[in-house]
Amino acid sequence: MTPSTVPGLVADAEVTRGDFSLRVALTAAPGEVVGVLGPNAAGKSTLLSAIAGLTPVSAGHILLDGQVVDDANSGTFLEAAQRPVGFVFQDYRLFPHLSVVDNVAFSPRARGHGRAAARTAADHWLTRLGLTEFSHRRPADLSGGQAQRVALARALAGNPALLLLDEPLSALDARTRLDVQTELKRHLSDFAGPCLLVTHDPLEALVLADRLLVLEHGQIVQEGTPAQVARRPATEYVAKLVGLNLYAGTADGAHVTLTGGGHFVVPDHHQRGEVLVALRPSAVVVSPHRPDVSSARNAWPATIAGLTLLTDRVRLDLRGHPSALVDVTPAAVAELGLGAGDQVWLSTKATELEVYSHADSADQGMGH
Amino acid sequence: MSPPAAPSKLSRRERKRRAMSGGGSRSVPAPLLAPALVATAFLVVPLAGLVLRAPWGDAWSILHGSDAAQALQLSLWTSTVATAISLLVGVPLAWVLARTDFPGLRLLRALVTLPLVLPPVVGGVALLLAFGRNGFLGRYLDQWFGITIPFSPTAVIMAETFVAMPFLVVTVEGALRSADRGFEEAAATLGAQRMTVFRRVTVPLVAPSLGAGAVLCWARALGEFGATITFAGSFPGRTQTMPIAVYYALETDPDAAILLSLVLLLVSVVVLVTLRDKWLRGGTAQ
Repeated sequence: MTPSTVPGLVADAEVTRGDFSLRVALTAAPGEVVGVLGPNAAGKSTLLSAIAGLTPVSAGHILLDGQVVDDANSGTFLEAAQRPVGFVFQDYRLFPHLSVVDNVAFSPRARGHGRAAARTAADHWLTRLGLTEFSHRRPADLSGGQAQRVALARALAGNPALLLLDEPLSALDARTRLDVQTELKRHLSDFAGPCLLVTHDPLEALVLADRLLVLEHGQIVQEGTPAQVARRPATEYVAKLVGLNLYAGTADGAHVTLTGGGHFVVPDHHQRGEVLVALRPSAVVVSPHRPDVSSARNAWPATIAGLTLLTDRVRLDLRGHPSALVDVTPAAVAELGLGAGDQVWLSTKATELEVYSHADSADQGMGH
Repeated sequence: MSPPAAPSKLSRRERKRRAMSGGGSRSVPAPLLAPALVATAFLVVPLAGLVLRAPWGDAWSILHGSDAAQALQLSLWTSTVATAISLLVGVPLAWVLARTDFPGLRLLRALVTLPLVLPPVVGGVALLLAFGRNGFLGRYLDQWFGITIPFSPTAVIMAETFVAMPFLVVTVEGALRSADRGFEEAAATLGAQRMTVFRRVTVPLVAPSLGAGAVLCWARALGEFGATITFAGSFPGRTQTMPIAVYYALETDPDAAILLSLVLLLVSVVVLVTLRDKWLRGGTAQ
């Protein structure tokens, strides 16, 4: 297919803002929810801003359903107001001087519909999102969850071809977030066009997205399904998000020498060269003495640097070669009498170690 | 060694106040108190004198017998028209100053806010030079259209607009600068063209400042004296506004001057009450 016939969103662009530079190549197919996950200042909002037309790209291009909306080479630029894009902002940005129904009718009105037609469209979306009873309230009188739904209704009422969501749930308290998340998932699956959802919350990304892009320092560092990303994190940041220990090392068949010190016996998949090794904190056994280990197990000494209670288990921060985060039961902590500064032995089965090359962790270079 | 600190008495009430507000002593040092009292007296005593000296008994007949009604009427409608004109052209100017960037923008801002500090009489002279019968613009207005501006109610309105509009422009520009641009971005993503954004989002969001600026502008227009008397003269019923009427009445009929002044004082108090949220809360406003 030539680029001009690709449906959905195609972006291959660079955005420079002062010292910061964002360089991404991504696609989002109609009906697909692409989660963009990354730490603060990774360039997530800049990405949405460029796609919406609020910031022009400094190189490359953005296409929407085959139409060039921004191209730094040819100078083509479609103003934000002309782009068929719905944007749900992190802080919602509901117009404080307009009622809920007027907020939702704003886009149909601005796009040239008459007052009555805009009102009908607004009522349709308010009904669909279960907001009819709030029609005449001001945004200031809404709860966080209601405001979030109004923001979504307002974005959808403009009949956009592409939906952009910037941290849609971050302004909500934990309790509301779960309810809204479930509901949002339903509405996103009803949306026919592509959807780009930016978040720094891994759970939100795992639940809502069909595919994930991990953005760090203005670069895409990993791309894949939520399952792939959760199992084979490509960077320290992703590993932390999905709660895994991640080690870089050099593989030679069943043996991996870790870059940071230490080594692992792993299942022999004839891997050679640089690899990443992921290890679940719950897959490590803590013993007071050196355990008797078979050749298929790894055992190494470590010192407890810290203990944190996580609802039903205790996370141990262990320093050694290699260091690791390990989850044990509170009972085990009591039985073994574990405390900070104690010397313990860690062991894990070779089969618990997920070994993969960096290239396997991500469909890097956008090759689909 | 310094002498031991002598404890002073602290009343129960003062203890409670300090506990509540968390502040320390609130007593005013004498070197600050005396000048503060002088300043207060200077500002308040003359106005109090105005109220005390007023011939309250004959107020109605005096006001009716003078040109006061005419002057008040003229002042009210000319300053209202001046405010309307200021809104019509001053708000777009404020938007340009706040939202655009081009070489010479700073110079433009300086020029249009100059009347804030310019002696009004200079404004009057300038207007006369521009729009007078022999002025570089007025000449052609006279020759081509037979329009003569000086010494007409139109001249009153122009003088008032010249002096008062910068107050509106400065107030609205400040509001536009501090307004959250996020709402305008949101409006753009919802398909609104720039003019629609201005009309439906920007203006409503700065409405409180717009109102304050308009009231301030109106009050300044109402009190205008120097530019008006220079450019429009003092023809009773035609160009003699309240402040000018007060000035002339002082020579012929002091009682009428006092009453006319009280009317203006009353209007000022009403304006101040209207603006209390914006101007009277001191440092904590906004």
